[in-house]
Amino acid sequence: VCIHRVRSCSSIRFIKSKYVCVFDKSALKFSHQQRLFRTSAVSCGQIVQFKLSDIGEGITEVTVKEWYIKEGDSVSQFDSICEVQSDKASVTITSRYDGIIRKLHYSLDEIAYVGKPLVDIEIDTSKGVAPEEDVVETPPMSHEEHTHQEIKGHKTLATPAVRRLAMENNIKLSEIVGTGKDNRILKEDILNYLAKQTGAILPPSPKAEIIPPLPKSETVPAAPKDKARKIPVPVSRPIVFSGKDKTEPVTGFHKAMVKTMSAALKIPHFGYCDEIDLTQLVQLREELKPVAQLRGVKLSFMPFFIKAASLGLLQYPILNASLDESCQNVTYKASHNIGVAMDTEQGLIVPNVKNVQVCSIFEIASELNRLQSLGSAGQLGTNDLTGGTFTLSNIGTIGGTYTKPVILPPEVAIGALGKIQVLPRFNEKGEVFKAQIMNVSWSADHRIVDGATMARFSNLWKSYLENPASMLLDLK
Amino acid sequence: MVLQSSLKNCLQLSCILRTLKAGFRSTTSGGLIIQSVSNDVYQNLAVEDWIHDHMNLENRQVLFLWRNSPAVVIGRHQNPWQECNLRLLRQKNIKLARRRSGGGTVYHDLGNINLTFFTTRKKYERMENLKLVVKALKALRPQLDVHVTDRYDILLDRQYKISGTAAKLGRTTAYHHCTLLCNADKFVLSSVLKSPYKGLKSNATPSVPASVKNLFEEDPSLTCEMLLDAIVEEYATQHQIDHHITLINPADETVLPGINNKTKELQTWEWVYGKTPKFSISTGFNMVYKDSVLDVKVDMDVKHGRIEVCNIDLPEQWLPPALCSELVKNLTGSKFCPNETTTLATTLLRVCPQDDELHSRWNLLCENMIMLM
Repeated sequence: VCIHRVRSCSSIRFIKSKYVCVFDKSALKFSHQQRLFRTSAVSCGQIVQFKLSDIGEGITEVTVKEWYIKEGDSVSQFDSICEVQSDKASVTITSRYDGIIRKLHYSLDEIAYVGKPLVDIEIDTSKGVAPEEDVVETPPMSHEEHTHQEIKGHKTLATPAVRRLAMENNIKLSEIVGTGKDNRILKEDILNYLAKQTGAILPPSPKAEIIPPLPKSETVPAAPKDKARKIPVPVSRPIVFSGKDKTEPVTGFHKAMVKTMSAALKIPHFGYCDEIDLTQLVQLREELKPVAQLRGVKLSFMPFFIKAASLGLLQYPILNASLDESCQNVTYKASHNIGVAMDTEQGLIVPNVKNVQVCSIFEIASELNRLQSLGSAGQLGTNDLTGGTFTLSNIGTIGGTYTKPVILPPEVAIGALGKIQVLPRFNEKGEVFKAQIMNVSWSADHRIVDGATMARFSNLWKSYLENPASMLLDLK
Repeated sequence: MVLQSSLKNCLQLSCILRTLKAGFRSTTSGGLIIQSVSNDVYQNLAVEDWIHDHMNLENRQVLFLWRNSPAVVIGRHQNPWQECNLRLLRQKNIKLARRRSGGGTVYHDLGNINLTFFTTRKKYERMENLKLVVKALKALRPQLDVHVTDRYDILLDRQYKISGTAAKLGRTTAYHHCTLLCNADKFVLSSVLKSPYKGLKSNATPSVPASVKNLFEEDPSLTCEMLLDAIVEEYATQHQIDHHITLINPADETVLPGINNKTKELQTWEWVYGKTPKFSISTGFNMVYKDSVLDVKVDMDVKHGRIEVCNIDLPEQWLPPALCSELVKNLTGSKFCPNETTTLATTLLRVCPQDDELHSRWNLLCENMIMLM
């Protein structure tokens, strides 16, 4: 009865391959009970119950642990449907059909049974006539059925994916010589057939035991065959861009940034920039680096910048202050807790060095090392991240010269340091020399800081760094 | 240029192919033995993924040998908070990885051997593999009392677990991997596999704790190399192939194209933590502030590693209610992660009244919240 039905629909090509899916060589070999059900085309689809196939080792039940699809999603053959677990084994169940998921028979953590329906898939039989059909629903199929199909009366061995490819290109499978096992028709055979027709060069398929994934770049280990033989004729195909917009909620670090920056917007910023000649400092640091190294500390330029800033803040304490919400009171902070902006994998964090006013440059360097290693490991504590009164951002390590930094509330000033460049400058004698130049960009809260104060602070900071020996006079 | 590099690829691939073909004697007993040169748990797990996804195991089976520097490996559907001491892991710089196979949590270090048996899905047979291992051990040291239980564990002296098993089945291929304790650090093992997190409720696969013992303790003359050798010998015999181990570098894109992407994926937060099945926490802690002890209750629902619902029960007016609700609102939707919570908490402080008392209370509360993660 079933055979007759299939023959009658063989003239309708586009549904042919779908119906062939339910036929299986093993069904003819073994005498399992078969369930027949009629389907009548009410809508365009035909619902097929996809059953949980055999897991092996005599297992009859599994727990559904994760669904990769939901009702309404469309799936292709071999797409992952869900993950089930049984006795320390995690199994990925893939779809046997192309279609739309209509029903999930289990929810998460429910027990699913081998041989019972897992999902209902609506197979697309639209585009015309969808006659009443008897569809033979075979019992849990063996693993070989994916690669081994047979139409009654016409022994063409090919997977449904290969059949689809042939169909899309209007190729009769009977015209192709299969090169796979048992003369099975492989995807390569179809592609080669097409190549002969269009004269185009197709990616050589490695008939190897290792099947590489789709090549993304030149790292494909394909056997170089016949590359020089044919002249490539470009096959024109409309360029399809399949990128899609992706929307995700703002959480975590980004949420924190949104909060901080929205508050910073309320602060009227003004900027002040300058260039610093670090020639002498560069030399000094070279001399001191090995000394610090012996004590187990990595010495960068930051400790110098931080200490010089603290010395400057002693003269201009308004820059180390905080304005309250109502703008009624200014609090001059006693401690110089200087924050250092750090770029981590997750985003921007600003830990601070506490009480710089009583720290030596070496102590600052040591503390910076600690903060840096904690920062990159994602293990900074709340204490390290709160209580800052003034911030320096060394964006120059990444690049840039002048920037417009944003003040981090509740502070009133911030400095951003560009990269150190070697540039020609004139000295007192009017000669050109090689100078190590760094740019600094300050931003301050114009409600309580005026331009003159910022300029004088910057000049003082600059003089300490351009002539490091002068720092010795004022170091506490 | 292009031709040279592709020739090189071709040569390296053909080496593997030749080895594969050399190992191929008959349709049922072909085999290949490979060993990783890396001790990075993510790279090695990526090799398993790669072989599972790309190798055709129709006519040959593969045995993969690997060892890792200290790492805790949880099963596909497990909850890391339930299984191990994440705080201790972070402190000691021990890696946390989630594998794709099922089963429970294990601790790896260089004193532990990992074996992965790759077959087609049809030929998936865990008992056989474990019996092979036991046979190898007995051939090496006949006096060893080792046997396989029906839970797929290998026990020493009928009581100590020396090997745990897990498996992954795909569409056409499957693998079964197991550990083997030779000389692992039992002290670290027991301390990292003990979870300090209370009040967790979840449907994640729980681990079954077991007493473990190193083979080295039973026989101090044993080393990892000897065990590996014995197992390779047995595998080679049973599969009728040469006792030959092919070394494999998990960072080599030319031999394993696409492997670095797999390694990266295994290290993402979304995979390691985000794949945790939905769970809830219902717990509390005591905070000592100045002269009083405060009782705080916390309830949270965590899905995909992110806080879905959050409820903090504080003594009234200890913190301004507006600030509390700000904290809860911000925690909702963010990762159940100490780093992220710290950032959020400290950022929120920037935009609230600058009061030292308030700040120290806030920091105390947040530090305690972070301890839950």
